[in-house]
Amino acid sequence: MAEEAILGYLAKNQEIADSGEFAAQHGLNHDDVVNVIKSLHGFRYVDAQDIKRETWVLTDEGKTYAASGSPEVQLFLAIPPEGIPLEELQKKLDPLLFKIGRAQAAKNKWVEMGKQLVSRKVQHVNDTVKDLLLQIEGGKVIDQDDIKALRGRKLIATQTWNGYSVRKGPEYAPQRKKFAADLTREMLQSGEWKNLEFKEYNFNAKGQPIEGGHLHPLNKVRHQLRMIFLQMGFEEMPTDRFVESSFWNFDALFQPQQHPARDSHDTFYMKVPAITKELPEDYVERVKRVHESGGYGSRGYEYDWNRDEANKNLLRTHTTAISTRMLYLLAQKPFTPKRYFSIDRVFRNEAVDRTHLAEFHQIEGLICDRGLTLGDLIGVLHDFFSRLGMSKLRFKPAYNPYTEPSMEIFSYHEGFGKWVEVGNSGMFRPEMLLPMGLPEDVRVIAWGLSLERPTMILYGINNIRDLFGHKVDLGLIKANPICRLGVD
Amino acid sequence: MPTISVGRDRLFAAIGQTYTQEEFEDLCFRFGIELDDVTTEKAIIRKEKHLEEEEDGDDEEVIYKIEVPANRYDLLCLEGIAQALRIFNGLQEMPTYKVVNISRKSMIKMHVKPETSSIRPYVLCAVLRGIKFDEVTYNSFIDLQDKLHQNICRRRTLVAIGTHDLDTLHGPFTYEALPPSSINFVPLKQEKHFRADELMGFYKSDLKLKKFLHIIENSPVFPVIYDYKRTVLSLPPIINGAHSAITLKTKNVFIECTATDLTKAKIVLNTVVTTFSEYCERKFEIEPVEVIYSNGKSVVYPDLSFYNMEVPLSYITGAIGVPLEADEVTSLLNRMQLCAEQSVSGDSNSNITVSVPPTRNDVLHPCDVMEDVAIAYGYNNVKDITIAKGYNVSKGRAVSLKPLRLEEFSHLIRLEMAMCGFTEVMSFILCSLNDNFAMLNHEGDRSNAVIIENPRSSENETARTSLMPGILKTVGQNKGHPKPIKIFEVGDIVLLDETTDVGATNRRQLAALYCGATAGYEIIHGLVERIMLVIGLVPPDDNTTFYLKPSDDPEFVMGTQASIIYKGKRIGTSGIVHPEVLNKFDIPDPCAYFELSIQCFF
Repeated sequence: MAEEAILGYLAKNQEIADSGEFAAQHGLNHDDVVNVIKSLHGFRYVDAQDIKRETWVLTDEGKTYAASGSPEVQLFLAIPPEGIPLEELQKKLDPLLFKIGRAQAAKNKWVEMGKQLVSRKVQHVNDTVKDLLLQIEGGKVIDQDDIKALRGRKLIATQTWNGYSVRKGPEYAPQRKKFAADLTREMLQSGEWKNLEFKEYNFNAKGQPIEGGHLHPLNKVRHQLRMIFLQMGFEEMPTDRFVESSFWNFDALFQPQQHPARDSHDTFYMKVPAITKELPEDYVERVKRVHESGGYGSRGYEYDWNRDEANKNLLRTHTTAISTRMLYLLAQKPFTPKRYFSIDRVFRNEAVDRTHLAEFHQIEGLICDRGLTLGDLIGVLHDFFSRLGMSKLRFKPAYNPYTEPSMEIFSYHEGFGKWVEVGNSGMFRPEMLLPMGLPEDVRVIAWGLSLERPTMILYGINNIRDLFGHKVDLGLIKANPICRLGVD
Repeated sequence: MPTISVGRDRLFAAIGQTYTQEEFEDLCFRFGIELDDVTTEKAIIRKEKHLEEEEDGDDEEVIYKIEVPANRYDLLCLEGIAQALRIFNGLQEMPTYKVVNISRKSMIKMHVKPETSSIRPYVLCAVLRGIKFDEVTYNSFIDLQDKLHQNICRRRTLVAIGTHDLDTLHGPFTYEALPPSSINFVPLKQEKHFRADELMGFYKSDLKLKKFLHIIENSPVFPVIYDYKRTVLSLPPIINGAHSAITLKTKNVFIECTATDLTKAKIVLNTVVTTFSEYCERKFEIEPVEVIYSNGKSVVYPDLSFYNMEVPLSYITGAIGVPLEADEVTSLLNRMQLCAEQSVSGDSNSNITVSVPPTRNDVLHPCDVMEDVAIAYGYNNVKDITIAKGYNVSKGRAVSLKPLRLEEFSHLIRLEMAMCGFTEVMSFILCSLNDNFAMLNHEGDRSNAVIIENPRSSENETARTSLMPGILKTVGQNKGHPKPIKIFEVGDIVLLDETTDVGATNRRQLAALYCGATAGYEIIHGLVERIMLVIGLVPPDDNTTFYLKPSDDPEFVMGTQASIIYKGKRIGTSGIVHPEVLNKFDIPDPCAYFELSIQCFF
């Protein structure tokens, strides 16, 4: 209302000289008028200049008298025309009121304070004090002597009055444009949106965090790697078998029974179920022979192979136990070439530290075909690792009981400025493949790496426990970005 | 992989060439060993004593720690590494090791008593004559035995080496097995006599030797080697006698290897004698010893014969994938310490005759020969050729692939769960029996869990039989995370299963938890229905699909829990987690949980 009045007034007039007067003239509350002026000034509809004035306001006592009359008048009216004994008059009035009223009435010579009775000296009195107080409350200017008298009786006090003089501002308009903070259904339905301007957003402020579900970073990386393998024509092996026999985990891989990896310091052996109940006997016999005395062109390891050792159950130390089973199954049928992969958990009974846990995920890929070469292995490694963003590779001769040749894979890490080992690879030994019954010219090239290490490098995580297991911060899972391996 | 510490300057002197560290690293990389660390003697001592770093003086000898392949016992000392690299670099021809030709009569003899067969049946011996030790070679000699004991000897269980000053002894020798109380001698580094049984007690507190006591401790007889005058040479595999200890002044070394594994004993003896025959008066010559068994059978050691292999050239080049001529292959093999010649055969197929020296016991099959050709040729040269000609991407490739249903289905379920606003966690398979049972209020029945024989810590006693302990631990670790916490896991559990070959089987499970100001079972309930819906099952209209049936599992609050029944079978559980369980996992807020097997849906 005040806004319309101000803008409307300025449409026809040069200025509002005094907001106080303006408010009084238009029957508006001055505080409302001030607030509107400040807001209009802020949006440059008007230019406002401060005005300061000393004004008089009623004290609490003054306010009481303005409402119910001055004490002297109250006292006067309490005296009946025939007079009244002092004690009775006293009973009719508040003691303070009586005290002030008696003094003022006496001063005005309105009453006679006789010995027996208090009686009126005049017939009629005017309550000038109340009238003056009401005038001040109403913002009227009164005579300086009256001011002095009222001030003397502490019925009024000074107050600084703030107001404005107002002119049109550079953005003046007879009606203010509305700025909306948001678009609502009501605005759409009413058509009000047509007249709206929207408040400019502060884009430096944060948006509202989005609630939603999240996938684990390790699984995101795992999924991308699965996609890469599938794109490269590899078939996923069923690896849901954590408990494995030593036979499939070690012996079938031509890993001798005294090999340090088979030590209880490295491998979790099972107490329950301790022993595997079933192995393919004719194959076991061939594996035993190749360990003990070789064959297939090999000298063998020349030791007494122990069946009990092979029967011992363990938690698989590598997914190659599964690859071995798959190759064995492949060998039982007429030969078809295969590309296999798996990404799943393996277990090592090793000391844990920032980069090692007792369980982690192994990525493994293998190709089984006639006439494969070391060059083919290098070629497929280049293809695979390039898709992971590692196209600068070199290879170091290494030792692994079931591969020959064996190559450690190093990739040049631009960030670290050095070559880092990223995986292991090799061609499976004939002593492993031929006892299965695979044709002699069939070779298998294979490689493996952990899932955790590339993920840690990718997401800049230094401690493996921050990535995997129950100590992981849920905030980290929610915050990590999409995995673009194989995409870029 | 064993790591060998060698003085850098001595190594370079032995190789006959000096390298910058980078050059040496590159050489190692190409040959297949690794420069693991560069340090100094003082730095190693400081590290052992946990002392502060300090500036190394320039005069300190730099030590290279070199990692060697676990099957190359010939590289377990400076002499072996230096020789291998000299030959690899073409600075030296392969040495020819020779057993000195002496008559059986004049050979030193070792008589084996039949009792030894019950405890440690094999003994192999040889002699190095006219050896010249200095402090460094002497230490290297001791270190090599140590490394062999740690690696191929499997901490002396398979083979134990004893070396003696032959000039303090009088052959012939006997290898016997006697009751411990009847063996009495002054052991190495001691001054007084010990009876063998007392000695075992004495060594119980010896940090180094106590690890080996178990090998013979419980046997009624101990293996022991005597000379003609009943001087004890050694009590294998524990300790040598003090009498015959070798010193810097020792000229003639008598070496005995006692063993339970004859093949490895031969390798160990051959490794020691070939490596240190370099320091003999007559280089690379070893004097044999005759080992005579009680049945009259006798064998002369060491056996330094070569193992011959005929390897078709086509096999080598076919497996590497790089065309090479026969003479290239033979010279590459010579650089890897394998004697090789092109065989002259009638047909057009060229063969390579490879003679594997006694130092290269790792060569078992032509594939090992092929690998050595590839190493000498250079893996990275093979790489360059492969990259240049492009590799054949069709090899092993199937025309059309089938997905692995378990993994594809699990992936789809994960996506569904995340779309329902839940966050995936991945917890450990391994856990303690306490986590898996008592913490979940399951005190009694452990019959479905596998048990690990040799866990390093209680965290690895079993494989989880439900996803619940891992999920609750995750909540306990994330107490400060804003509520509600909504998490899920899709993963395997392990259960005993008589029907499988190994006696255990994996099951794929789905579990989810809600944790907020209230337990919010209705959310978990809704989630179960949602998952059933996306799997294609309609909520409980009849018993052919699935329904919830009130249950009484101790991990949930009574009255607020239900089994998930599918086709009449219980496939899962759900409910408000029992306050006692929450308390055990240190969770202050109420939680509702469900878990079900998704194995039955495909």
